[in-house]
Amino acid sequence: MLTRDPIHLEALLSRVVGPARGAVTSFAGLVRDHHEGRAVTGLEYTAYEAMAEAVCGELIAETESKWPVRVALSHRLGRLVVGDVAVAIAVAGEHRDEAFAACRHLIEELKRRVPIWKRERYDDGTEVWVDPTTQAAPVSEEREGLIPW
Amino acid sequence: MALSGTSPPTIRVRLFARYAELLGTEALELPAAGLATAGDVLARVRALPGGGGVGASTLLAVNLKQAGPDSRVSPGDEVAVLPPLAGG
Repeated sequence: MLTRDPIHLEALLSRVVGPARGAVTSFAGLVRDHHEGRAVTGLEYTAYEAMAEAVCGELIAETESKWPVRVALSHRLGRLVVGDVAVAIAVAGEHRDEAFAACRHLIEELKRRVPIWKRERYDDGTEVWVDPTTQAAPVSEEREGLIPW
Repeated sequence: MALSGTSPPTIRVRLFARYAELLGTEALELPAAGLATAGDVLARVRALPGGGGVGASTLLAVNLKQAGPDSRVSPGDEVAVLPPLAGG
């Protein structure tokens, strides 16, 4: 589930499809060329590998028990450049509702629970460990509703 | 055998990403004396040189399982001090 080699979404899809599964969804997260207004040239992923593999296994098992689906996921480690696939998820189910729901569940829980970290490189040569807890949160609709101007 | 019998009991600490850089190492062996919980281990790590930048309420894991600060620890356990996660 963790890999230092390029991720091929088609390979993940081939592991989940089957004659009874008429709905296939997938998610791929790619390295973006910017972050909070800074130009990103690449990044490096590192993990607590033994725990990350264990948690990914738990995520797969819990998703397959919550919905009637087959799932596969892969997360890249090491140095990546803009456009590389950092994470990919493939889900196949009988119908689209469970395939979409399971795919969304997997990526959200992966980001919340799998011990992986990323260090971004910027075009000025600096590098920073990304800390989602210190980033400006998007303004919620509720907040927009409370502040008229 | 004789060596393991005479070495003091320890708890293995794993550090990652920014925390490994702050402490200058990815792994520590702390004497287990006085370390009853994962929170005790975190406090000990935060008191080390460079440890002040480790979050007081950061995520912890004991033997590969996410654990709260009150989780009991024993000699031989592996306690991981995890910076905010940033996968995906």
